[in-house]
Amino acid sequence: MLAGEQGPGTALAMRLVVRTAEAMQADRLLRITRAHVDSCLYHGQATLDFVDRLVDGGARAAVPTTLNVGALDLLHPELWHGSTEDAARGRRLMEQYRALGCRPTFTCAPYQVRDARPSFGEQVAWAESNAIVFANSVLGARTERYGDFSDIACAITARAPDAGLHRDAARRATLRLGMADDLPPALFDDESLYPTLGLVLGRRAGTRVAVIDGLPPRLSEDRLKAMGAAAASSGAVALFHAVGSTPEAPTLDAALQGRPPEASAIVSLAELRDARQGLTSLPGGAPDGTPIAAVSLGTPHASLAELSRIVDLLAGARAAPGVELLVSTSRDLLAEAEETGMAGRLRAAGAELLVDTCSYIAPILAPGRSPVMTDSAKWAFYAPGNIGVEVIFGSMAECIRSAVDGRVRREAGAWGAA
Amino acid sequence: MKGRVLAGGSAQGRALVLHEPLSLWGGMDPATGVLTDANHPQRGERLTGRVLVMPAVRGSSSASSVLAESVRARMHPAAILLGEPDLILAVGAAVAEELYGVRVPVLVMDATDLLAIRDGALVAVGEDGSVGVSR
Repeated sequence: MLAGEQGPGTALAMRLVVRTAEAMQADRLLRITRAHVDSCLYHGQATLDFVDRLVDGGARAAVPTTLNVGALDLLHPELWHGSTEDAARGRRLMEQYRALGCRPTFTCAPYQVRDARPSFGEQVAWAESNAIVFANSVLGARTERYGDFSDIACAITARAPDAGLHRDAARRATLRLGMADDLPPALFDDESLYPTLGLVLGRRAGTRVAVIDGLPPRLSEDRLKAMGAAAASSGAVALFHAVGSTPEAPTLDAALQGRPPEASAIVSLAELRDARQGLTSLPGGAPDGTPIAAVSLGTPHASLAELSRIVDLLAGARAAPGVELLVSTSRDLLAEAEETGMAGRLRAAGAELLVDTCSYIAPILAPGRSPVMTDSAKWAFYAPGNIGVEVIFGSMAECIRSAVDGRVRREAGAWGAA
Repeated sequence: MKGRVLAGGSAQGRALVLHEPLSLWGGMDPATGVLTDANHPQRGERLTGRVLVMPAVRGSSSASSVLAESVRARMHPAAILLGEPDLILAVGAAVAEELYGVRVPVLVMDATDLLAIRDGALVAVGEDGSVGVSR
């Protein structure tokens, strides 16, 4: 491939894979069977120059390859408040990645798309931090932290460096996180615990692999998804283990690969409360009754179970006048939700269904809409810096009640006085 | 001093020692080279032409795109000296070289060596990963 017998595009991709392997100090490459590509999100002319070089050089993805979110919703282009020039550039980048043979999933949650989930032990090259941590932790597939350019380079060559999280040794937990004994049992039923704990996990772990001990077994995929997305925002977590929930941690000892941890820590209620409060950027902490301008759900993209829960929580009510209720999911799941009538029920409640992109990376919300309430720690982490809004964090149930009332509605839950 | 070369090249510039980890995505405006992360203590500094000293990396998978875009705009840092390897920045530098023929050396260095580099010092990075510091 390096010699160019498969064309200049493939040779360029192979040069980048070799460069990546050198950076990771890998002696050899391994074969991958899938890729997930984040490079389709526009970050300037250089991103177009790069993909043009690949397309013009005759490159094609050599393995089934899904695409991450792009700059705009191609199915609902009216949900855009940026310049037409930026929209055109963002759209052209997304189309060029399709031209390389990638599947136009345009989702940050490819693991929810039919036929796109890697199986246990499968070697893949995934980009997008929440997708990486989900693939490694929840599915037990094996990927390093790939990013823009290296993701598509692996897809075109069907190769990745044989190093890091592709190998057993790096998958061992070195940090053990326990849960304090005095946490109220009801806390574990509170859906906002999991993104909050993820934030703590990311801060504590940094780039290390952690195992969390003391959570209820068989946590749902949606809870693990929220936890991983938060951990990959506050830290560089690419893999975590949760004893009794994730496949490489049937026991604590299995996650530690039979050796003692190099460090241990206990997560207290005070630390969790502090992390949860820190997710609200609005000065004063947004007590009950604070007016809101919008609610953003579905970061990472909502699963069918989450869409269904939103419908249940709405219970036939509508979002208050003047409150934008934005629900993000993938175009593949939206098609299923249309068939079952779930999408219609959400629209009837005043929800806008957004696909192909995300409301914190692109000008989707109407200008000046703030504060925005969200159930996503990842959204809360990035939105203030990216799109200049104040954020209020709450559980999905609190978000829906607040959307309907037009003001923050807190639930007296296991968190005590918030 | 010597570093492990993640992306080769030679460069010279004044050191900018980052007190906290920085993600170039959301942290540097590639059109101006200015550090824009609202939560970073060195917000407002210009990274253009500087030798970035980054003891810890806060990786974003799009940092490679932002680095390449800053090179396209000729607003890029002169070199990046890391305390831990970061393949995202290495690939960003590799793509910048492929597309625009500009080399931004990216090196991993020993933590104690990195700490010896003071902010504002004149740093010369060699093709072989050698790092020379003068006042």
